[in-house]
Amino acid sequence: MDDLIVEFLTETNESLQELDTDLITLEQNPNDKNLISKIFRLMHTIKGTCGFLGLPRLETVAHRAENVMGRFRDGNLEVTPEYVSLILESLDRVRYLLGHIEATSTEPEGDDSALIEKLDAVYEGRDAYQMGGAAPAAVVPDESTAEIPSEAVSAELEMPTFDDVRTLAAAAPAPAPEPVISAPPVVKEQPKEQQSKEAAESAVANQSLRVNVDVLENLMTMVSELVLTRNQLMQIARNEKDSGFVTPLQRLNHVVSDLQEGVMKTRMQPIGNAWAKLPRIIRDLSMELGKKIDLVMTGQDTELDRQVLEMIKDPLTHMVRNSGDHGIEIPSERLKAGKPEVGTVHLRAFHEGGHIIIEIADDGKGLPLEKIKKKIISNGLASEEEVARMSAQQVQQYIFHAGFSTADKVTSVSGRGVGMDVVRTNIEKIGGSIEMNSIEGIGSTFSIKIPLTLAIVSSLIVAVGGERFAIPQLAVRELVLVSQKSENRIEMIKDTPVFRLREKLLPLVSLNSLLKLGNASELQNGFDHKYIIVTQVGGYSFGLIVDQVFDTEEIVVKPVAKILKDLSLFSGNTILGDGSVIMILDPGGIAKATGETSMPEDAKTAASSSSLHSSESKTSLLLFTAGNDAPKAVPLSIISRLENIDLETIERADGQMLVQYRGTLMPLIPFNESVEVGKTGQKPLLVFADRGKSVGIIVDSIVDIREEAIDVQVSKNKPGLVGSAIISGKATEIIEVMHYLNSVHGDWFKDHGDEPYLRSQESSESGSKSDIRKILLVDDSPFFRNMLCPVLMVAGYDVVAVESPIKALELSERGDKFDLIISDIEMPEMNGFDFATKVRSSKEWQNTPMVAMTSHSTPEDIDHGYKAGFDRYIAKFDRETLLDTISRTLALGGHQS
Amino acid sequence: MSHQQTATQSGGNTSAILSGQKDFLTINIDGQMFGIPILQVQDVLGEIKVTRIPLAPPQVSGSLNLRGRIVTAIDVRKCLGLPPLTDTDKKMSVVVIHDDELYSLIIDKVGDVLTLHEKDFEQNPATLDITWKSISLGVYRLDGEILVILDVPKLLLSLQHPN
Repeated sequence: MDDLIVEFLTETNESLQELDTDLITLEQNPNDKNLISKIFRLMHTIKGTCGFLGLPRLETVAHRAENVMGRFRDGNLEVTPEYVSLILESLDRVRYLLGHIEATSTEPEGDDSALIEKLDAVYEGRDAYQMGGAAPAAVVPDESTAEIPSEAVSAELEMPTFDDVRTLAAAAPAPAPEPVISAPPVVKEQPKEQQSKEAAESAVANQSLRVNVDVLENLMTMVSELVLTRNQLMQIARNEKDSGFVTPLQRLNHVVSDLQEGVMKTRMQPIGNAWAKLPRIIRDLSMELGKKIDLVMTGQDTELDRQVLEMIKDPLTHMVRNSGDHGIEIPSERLKAGKPEVGTVHLRAFHEGGHIIIEIADDGKGLPLEKIKKKIISNGLASEEEVARMSAQQVQQYIFHAGFSTADKVTSVSGRGVGMDVVRTNIEKIGGSIEMNSIEGIGSTFSIKIPLTLAIVSSLIVAVGGERFAIPQLAVRELVLVSQKSENRIEMIKDTPVFRLREKLLPLVSLNSLLKLGNASELQNGFDHKYIIVTQVGGYSFGLIVDQVFDTEEIVVKPVAKILKDLSLFSGNTILGDGSVIMILDPGGIAKATGETSMPEDAKTAASSSSLHSSESKTSLLLFTAGNDAPKAVPLSIISRLENIDLETIERADGQMLVQYRGTLMPLIPFNESVEVGKTGQKPLLVFADRGKSVGIIVDSIVDIREEAIDVQVSKNKPGLVGSAIISGKATEIIEVMHYLNSVHGDWFKDHGDEPYLRSQESSESGSKSDIRKILLVDDSPFFRNMLCPVLMVAGYDVVAVESPIKALELSERGDKFDLIISDIEMPEMNGFDFATKVRSSKEWQNTPMVAMTSHSTPEDIDHGYKAGFDRYIAKFDRETLLDTISRTLALGGHQS
Repeated sequence: MSHQQTATQSGGNTSAILSGQKDFLTINIDGQMFGIPILQVQDVLGEIKVTRIPLAPPQVSGSLNLRGRIVTAIDVRKCLGLPPLTDTDKKMSVVVIHDDELYSLIIDKVGDVLTLHEKDFEQNPATLDITWKSISLGVYRLDGEILVILDVPKLLLSLQHPN
């Protein structure tokens, strides 16, 4: 292609891009003289250059558009939204022609007469707006009055075409047509001011210059080389203490570091560059769909690598479009839902720990759960039963499936079902991740987490079979050292190694055999003293067996030679600080090569696991011993601290052991009589604290922390014991902390507790496993939530605990169903009485029985509680009564009004 | 890297082609003399440590770091179906550039740069070993010796598609 044309295309495209952002401002501020001049100048330049280059079609369009722009610029024509559309249309035409020229070096065949006719009509003042309806501001200089008519026109005509306008104008009772061509005197100083502004602008433009990307890439490579050489020199200098090189080398060191940083910076670009097109897209979208959408962008200056920027441009555009198209409702619907007429799409970018987070939030209607569910079933992705058991989050995840669209009709913007799956793939390709949070009726937020740069990746260096490899840190979840003698050992199913990781089997891949490194020792010696690198690709976790783990290192990824590109297990290679070449493993490739052909559907696995008994849900337990060797367990979440106490510091008063702890006296109790509390030495202490009070329980030793499902096998009627469960293969006693706390600290629950109002004499079966009831627990104290959850779970209930009535009501809005609600009364923001009133007036939960659990138990309070809609009233800390009340209330069925 | 000979002699190459002359770097593999067009040669290296690349074709012996660029090392003996050198034998490599990427051809010994005349050139003998024929551009008749011209691009392509 002709050099001149290339130059012309680059320049024009650049100007067009700049204009895109500005044009939206133009609509809000139609008579921005500066902007109009800018468009005028662009059109003018295009016209001039085209004549010179011999591009008649582009020249004509630019020429006519220039004419119209000239009239705007001279101020004898008011810019209305209709005219903005016309300007945009002309710019689009120019862009289209340019695109064609770029691709083929020739102008496309075609006809612009319709557009030219429109432009000419405006230019000659014989178009509908000027002939008929609205009086342009040029005639009525008062701005406030001028704006009303122009808005009136825009309200009637969403997408004005020339014909529409003409008919409409003809139909409207025409007021005396004002001849508007005679321009009122334009403010004279305008051009001068403009000139000075222009001068300022061009000065700014001169501050930057265009550099070919290859030049920068080349610089980058050379700097890497330089860094390497410097490192080697430094190494030599370290060995020669008194060398005269030391000082200049230090200087070199600093300069090279700065240089490296500087060159890295040249690759960085503000993310705003990728957003430049978005305002225009949203604007077109709102015109087309008749919505009112405000696009708010913050953090445009956040910089990231040029390469990454290119990769996320399309996914971002797609997601913003989605927010506008699917998310934001039409104005009438919004008003009905009690939202402001104008919907907001908020785009935000910021740095967070070596990553960039981009958030796209809208206050639209959120993801339609029911629709998605139907679609899941009709697409055969899951059965009706499975879907019914999924949480809202799990259901929402399905939008990331290929070919999944809930849009009823295919609009020009979205609904074709190629979308979020592609977005997710693209983002994961660059080592990023995407998360979503959507509440129906309130809006959706997508947040994308991407690495700052692709050029430099933090990697774990490992060795296997005498070779070193790098694994991108992003894929590494954890490291486990295994030895065949300990509990952490690798087991074999035929020849397949597996590992039990927190009671789940982790498939293992021996890198040695996968890479055919031919080190047979592994098979002979078994897997002793190896490391497992727990790796996660999408939702699939597997372990890589390696011999050694060294360090993490920031590496510069270089592509492998072309003759090696078939090796799917490597994503590239790099040169380490010591100058050696190392291959970079591709976790995705390994996952594919070792059997996981397609990424598993996390939602599906999650659904099947949620179908299990819900007490399977894991709880972190602290295992300890006291007295004998039998392990005991207590939910970790209710322990506030673990301490080692010096027995010498224990003081005794009134038969009670006390210790000065964080400035107060804390009562201590041995877990049981068999825990010997001597005079010297140290003992572990479990500290429980709530609302400024704390208690320490002395035990013999802390064994472990385990994440396990509490599945109580044997319940004993022994005080202080919930029952026994099998935890990591051993019968373990689960401790009911309440008992101990009550026994020591008479007033522990003074603020909370009181005699239960309703105490049942009958003992009833607490929920059997075949009939799982779902209970919602609302309490603002994390201590009590954490304490009650296990108690209820052990009793066979499925418990969801939230910290406030507001959170609870959100669940209601999401459509979650419960068999019973247990609520505290005294809570900040909203108390239990108000909560009950709200629940009773809600559609979803009006029949759900409610139990108040409180210290408020004066008769008036109780009366108040019943009036508000509670069914039962109990004191907070009586496990028996609580469980009993729950089962009795459930037996009665729904709320009895 | 004591043995550095870069393509400095190739200055008059354009005229050499015109007059039917070409410059070649000669190398020795298993007693046979080969020639590589001098313009393709980037560097000549002594023995250098390479990093193994698992799962790569057997002819690829690994990769190495040449002044910050990663170079893929190719064992030419394996490409020619010759027995490997023992570990104690001295080896050398010729770094060539192909498709903007560097490859280091591991060979036995590097010889001189020769300027050869068109009149001494001949097509591959029809009966030449098929593997050799596929990576040879032809031969030159020298005094008492035959020089086989290595077709470097073909050699590398044969690795890319082993079948």
